[in-house]
Amino acid sequence: MSGLDLSQFYETFFDEADELLAQMEQLLLELDAQAPDIEQLNAIFRAAHSIKGGAATFGTFQKLAETTHLLENLLDAIRRGDMALRADMVDIFLETKDVLKSQLDAYRASEEPDEAVYERICAVLRQLAEEDGAHGAAPAAASAAPAREETMHMPAASATGTSDKPTCVRIRDVSGKDAQSLLEEMGNLGTVLHSESKSGGLSVWMQTTCSVADIEAVCCFIVDADQLRITHEAAPASAASDVVSQFEAAASSFTPPDAPAPSAARPAGNVAAPRPQKAATPAAAPADKESTSIRVGVEKVDQIINLVGELVITQAMLTQTASTLDPVVHDRLLNGLEQLERNARDLQESVMSIRMMPMDYVFSRFPRVVRDLASKMGKQIELETHGRATELDKSLIERIIDPLTHLVRNSLDHGIETPDKRIAADKDPVGKLTMSAQHHGGNIVIQVTDDGAGLNRERILKKAMEQGIPISENMPDEEVWQLIFAPGFSTAEKITDVSGRGVGMDVVRRNIQDMGGHVQLSSRTGQGTTTRIVLPLTLAILDGMSVRVGVETFILPLNHVTESMQPTEDQIYTVAGDERVLHVRGEYLPLVEMHRAFAVGDAQQDPTQAIAVIMQAEDKRFALLVDHLVGQHQVVVKNLEANYRKVPGISAATIMGDGSVALIVDVFALARANREKWSSAAETVLN
Amino acid sequence: MIPNILVVDDSLTMRLIVQAAMVGAGWKVVLATNGKEALDKSQDGSFDLVLSDWNMPVMGGLGFIQGLRAQSKYKDTPVLVLTTEEDDVSKAAARELDVSGWVNKPVDPDGLVEFVAELLGIDPAN
Repeated sequence: MSGLDLSQFYETFFDEADELLAQMEQLLLELDAQAPDIEQLNAIFRAAHSIKGGAATFGTFQKLAETTHLLENLLDAIRRGDMALRADMVDIFLETKDVLKSQLDAYRASEEPDEAVYERICAVLRQLAEEDGAHGAAPAAASAAPAREETMHMPAASATGTSDKPTCVRIRDVSGKDAQSLLEEMGNLGTVLHSESKSGGLSVWMQTTCSVADIEAVCCFIVDADQLRITHEAAPASAASDVVSQFEAAASSFTPPDAPAPSAARPAGNVAAPRPQKAATPAAAPADKESTSIRVGVEKVDQIINLVGELVITQAMLTQTASTLDPVVHDRLLNGLEQLERNARDLQESVMSIRMMPMDYVFSRFPRVVRDLASKMGKQIELETHGRATELDKSLIERIIDPLTHLVRNSLDHGIETPDKRIAADKDPVGKLTMSAQHHGGNIVIQVTDDGAGLNRERILKKAMEQGIPISENMPDEEVWQLIFAPGFSTAEKITDVSGRGVGMDVVRRNIQDMGGHVQLSSRTGQGTTTRIVLPLTLAILDGMSVRVGVETFILPLNHVTESMQPTEDQIYTVAGDERVLHVRGEYLPLVEMHRAFAVGDAQQDPTQAIAVIMQAEDKRFALLVDHLVGQHQVVVKNLEANYRKVPGISAATIMGDGSVALIVDVFALARANREKWSSAAETVLN
Repeated sequence: MIPNILVVDDSLTMRLIVQAAMVGAGWKVVLATNGKEALDKSQDGSFDLVLSDWNMPVMGGLGFIQGLRAQSKYKDTPVLVLTTEEDDVSKAAARELDVSGWVNKPVDPDGLVEFVAELLGIDPAN
């Protein structure tokens, strides 16, 4: 027989194992070591079980198979109650998960996982198994052996007693309403353990002292005797571990027989009845997710987004062309175009939403980060997350992880104090770290808040002075906090191995700015610090203001535009040669003439005949001089580098309704390029 | 007659491997991700053999095979359990449900095909 080439399934296995490991980690973090939830234990076991099954089948992933095998044995013993779960075991399991992940990554890169790490983790797991003695680690052979098939020779049904098994009542051809009544009746006869309905039939497992005849008698009020079958048998595996008081749950989740997938088979979770154990849902969720979603390559989605972008542009061009038509004569055409515009807009929104991912993708990795760091630093920290369902573009969500990790490390390291310090300060010894995300207009606002010591004004000022950053003693707090974003700035008294290793807040800010967002800080001494990140929801469309400079059209990102005005002669000062500043309500703003910055001919040279658009970039404001404003548009951002090359001061391009290309101004780059000129220019004016 | 086989496993990797092996032998395969889904599919279709995992979310192999046997058309259908579980309690439960075989993972796809062919009473070479 021709052997099946298993290597074609490697990718699927890697992806699946990756997902299972992430699931395992989440479940382990949620697990209460004192009173572990059996459903959670089962789900963790199942994850290990599936990875081992796959790894062993391929035969080429020996180390992964053996490590999961040892883990699986321990988990199996725990879920069976043969071994008691301890908090330190959870730590070891989490560590094992990390090792498994690195093994998986190694195999994915066609490399052999690290031998020493593998030996060590196996030794740890084996020791754990021996310690408890309950389940010695099974020999490695189990996972390494080639296929073993045991055909069981079935003996006659074993004569186990039936009385200790629950009573199973099966009724065929029963309507939804009757089934409901039957369930209620049976609830009166005993405790309903589990119920299932499928193709018009109802099966109920119950614990009762009533005889079969009694049950029949009661049921015959509702259905005929020949529809009934009563036996003694174990409830399905998934229900066996379920707790009592399931009657309400079963009844309320009962669906008419012709409806698909009754949810009663899945214990609790989405059932309204309260359950003593917490969070059974995560275990059930992945299965649901699989059947309702499909995997699509990002490049396919991007292609659709691009095409829809083109469609929106074409639609804008049509609208522009049609605007010259007589609305009376071309009534129907114009109506059709209006309809097209709405449809195109809706389509664009729907397509954009495909790229959106919930913040959960980011937040879910932090319980682990916080747990590990807190124990490393001897701090007690409780992490709270809000707005996990808030969605953000995939490209942004991946880039936000590093800055957020940095902020969390900072909060844990420098913000939240050690328990004794907190007690001394009359605070709860357990520090609180809150991460939240919420939509705010076209932006997403992500906040990291700690209830730690807050920023130290004196120390920041001292440090800034040492670094030669200009400061003044009576600077407002907001400006002092901004100082920590200066390159190379760190106020940490000593550099720890957690944070303060060169990568400073300046990198965080740079990263956020590259994503089109900005960072704000607020802090109160002794009460904590809040870092606020504001990001656009997507980089693919942008609300812009189109302006005209000579023959060129430029797009200014609308969120940076604060106001526009026609300058008068006495508002303009020329300083330091040919640099100019604009005096607006007591503020001197550097004036950036667009036609000079981008060398555009035929532009308005006289500032008093032009328009000054006041832009806000980070903490700096400046005025851009343009010929006139054209209007506000939502524009489809086209990458300039992909199609042309990087242009200083320009972030991207777009195609306007008339088919012409307009450049989108990179406000931060303009601000940075002019920064030095500004400070010297502004000082000249002020002095 | 081309045999129609129902394969139940919560692991995508395992489903794909078993499917490839069965399809490679020229058989028809229907996939399900858990016992519940498999039970629904078993009611709609008709299968000559069932291959099921044991430990699955939503509904495991035990619940599924119980539900399967409760349908008259599957009273005698060969059922194979394909699992890494090895405990005697599970095996005994499977035995009571008249399961034809308890195959331990890791599974050798070619060996599995042979085994299935034997249960179906056909020669896999043809």
